Amino acid sequence: MTVDASRGAEAPPELVQLLTPEGERVEHPAYDIDLSPEEIRALYRDLVLVRRVDMEAVALQRQGELGIWASLLGQEAAQIGSGRALTDADMAFPTYREHGVAWCRGVDPVNLLGLFRGVNHGGWDPADHNFHLYTIVIGSQTLHAVGYAMGIQRDGADAASIVYFGDGATSQGDVNEAFIWASVFNAPVVFFCQNNQWAISEPLEKQSKIPLYRRASGFGFPGVRVDGNDVFACLAVTRQALKNAREGQGPTLIEAFTYRMGAHTTSDDPTRYRVATELEAWKLKDPIERVKAYMFKSQIGDQDFFDAVDAEAADLGRDVRKRCLEMPDPAPLEIFEHVYVEPNAMLAEERDQYAAYLATFEGGE
Amino acid sequence: MSTLTLAKALNDGLRAAMEDDPKVLIMGEDVGKLGGVFRVTDGLYKDFGDSRVIDTPLAESGIIGTAIGLALRGYRPVCEIQFDGFVFPAADQIITQLAKMPLRSLGKLRLPVVVRIPCGGGIGAVEHHSESPEAYFTHTAGLRVVACSNPADAYHMIQQAIRCEDPVIFFEPKRRYWDKAVVDKAAEALPMHRGVVARPGTDVTVLAYGPMVKTCLEAATAAAEEGRSLEVVDLRSLSPLDTDLIFESVRKTGRCVVAHEAPVNSGLGAEIAARVTEACFYNLEAPVLRAGGFSTPYPPSRLEDDYLPDLDRVLDAVDRTFAF
Repeated sequence: MTVDASRGAEAPPELVQLLTPEGERVEHPAYDIDLSPEEIRALYRDLVLVRRVDMEAVALQRQGELGIWASLLGQEAAQIGSGRALTDADMAFPTYREHGVAWCRGVDPVNLLGLFRGVNHGGWDPADHNFHLYTIVIGSQTLHAVGYAMGIQRDGADAASIVYFGDGATSQGDVNEAFIWASVFNAPVVFFCQNNQWAISEPLEKQSKIPLYRRASGFGFPGVRVDGNDVFACLAVTRQALKNAREGQGPTLIEAFTYRMGAHTTSDDPTRYRVATELEAWKLKDPIERVKAYMFKSQIGDQDFFDAVDAEAADLGRDVRKRCLEMPDPAPLEIFEHVYVEPNAMLAEERDQYAAYLATFEGGE
Repeated sequence: MSTLTLAKALNDGLRAAMEDDPKVLIMGEDVGKLGGVFRVTDGLYKDFGDSRVIDTPLAESGIIGTAIGLALRGYRPVCEIQFDGFVFPAADQIITQLAKMPLRSLGKLRLPVVVRIPCGGGIGAVEHHSESPEAYFTHTAGLRVVACSNPADAYHMIQQAIRCEDPVIFFEPKRRYWDKAVVDKAAEALPMHRGVVARPGTDVTVLAYGPMVKTCLEAATAAAEEGRSLEVVDLRSLSPLDTDLIFESVRKTGRCVVAHEAPVNSGLGAEIAARVTEACFYNLEAPVLRAGGFSTPYPPSRLEDDYLPDLDRVLDAVDRTFAF
């Protein structure tokens, strides 16, 4: 096994960055963003709250309340920045790690836990939030997003779809097919790849010999690499890509260059395949600390503000925990629900047989 | 009333569905200007345009995956998989995504997508063009699977499949595409998941679907000359099965043969045999027998007459049910 201990130590030159890890606002010739103090405070609050939800979910898993959890730690800026670029009419297609995007779309965090607690496969109505269900099989949702975008095209709607996937997913056939479809149909879709450097234990070199954003040119649309730990840059780049899509300029591939600071999931042990110095290097680029530093320096936020956000986060964590524990187990016969929209005689017969079997236990044993 | 080939009946059915509902789309490889390699979509591109008849890139997973997205946006895509053996690149999208979306969303999402698959052998094709993959899909919860055997059913069933709120795998018997029959378009159609007695009889129930229905009807004619009465049931629906009709027939005849082109091992016939045995045990004079393909890959076409169950193999199975 080879480990590149310098991974992430230097910012790649092509990177779009508007806020340095030290909290300095910098200019970029192609992208800029004009945010009010209120908007910046709102972004900071988003970042802190989703990290808190994530932390609570990890703790719930450790205590046996969730079967598994996929932590977003380190990817908050990529998700909040892109998520806040969406309009209500846009449609988002997530992986299973997009808790921050879900937050931006107004999905109750507790509803994200159902899948991981094992009480359902997805506990929200995608149409209510224009936020599709989590997709577990890697890359499948990219095609759904492109098809949805083709529907937007046919409707003549002022909207776009955005699809989230990781660096590992770029090796999937479906993702490459999605690139082709989006390109030839000029579909209003944004491909948002969070390159968090690791597909479980496999580093990016196992997926690609070139920077991921450069793949786009081979498919005939623009690709851009953005500092995935810079919420301002992620917002600016995604906003522009969505605007281009809505205006008929077709797809964009955004590679958000970030880092999975936690394990792949709570079942994973990253100490088996990556070195501690790498994590330490990325901690210096934390997506939240740089915003806080900038806000302090520019007097957009004072200690009272930060304390208030922390208190809100603590309340949210408690609330998520409480309502997670209150989530009821589904009733056995719910196995048979929603398999089909229309009645199915064979399935109804199986259900009745199982119901009758269960009834033999009532009052018995 | 008009006399149509099965392919033309499908074409007319698709056209009627597109006229009825502007959300109905056709997608697939070569379905546009060419009208499909079997011409099932002939003329639709010209009349409905490229926003409703979509020539797709050559990638089957992409066809089904984008159809799912279009369905999520409110469209009703009808996808053509060019040949049976090409459905496997799309199997992940069909089995993992298409079949499971209503359940995963607790009933909030529905995917009214039709996947048309020309199936079966008998046309002298090269490999991967003659397969019968229905059992993979009947084994998958969340899908509905149907097979038409004649022009009238083709016309009505394709429209029913398009109107269905669940995903439907729609098998078309490619060696019967050019068979002609009278189609009464105004007739009230049988519900999509009902089978039909294609020929009544008293001695043996022969269950078939798709391309094998015609073979079994010919077998019944031949058997009649020898004084044996076969009841041929066209299943039409493979998932769910019309078990009421199947059991009713078997209870009457006491004997049952299932015929399909697919390999018998773990095929649909095995499922039917198990269900018939369970439901009709005391009516059976003999075990349920199967006439089907061998447990081999589909052979080179010069051998397909040996592989495909023909009239004589069906009658051989019928004979064997009298040997118990």
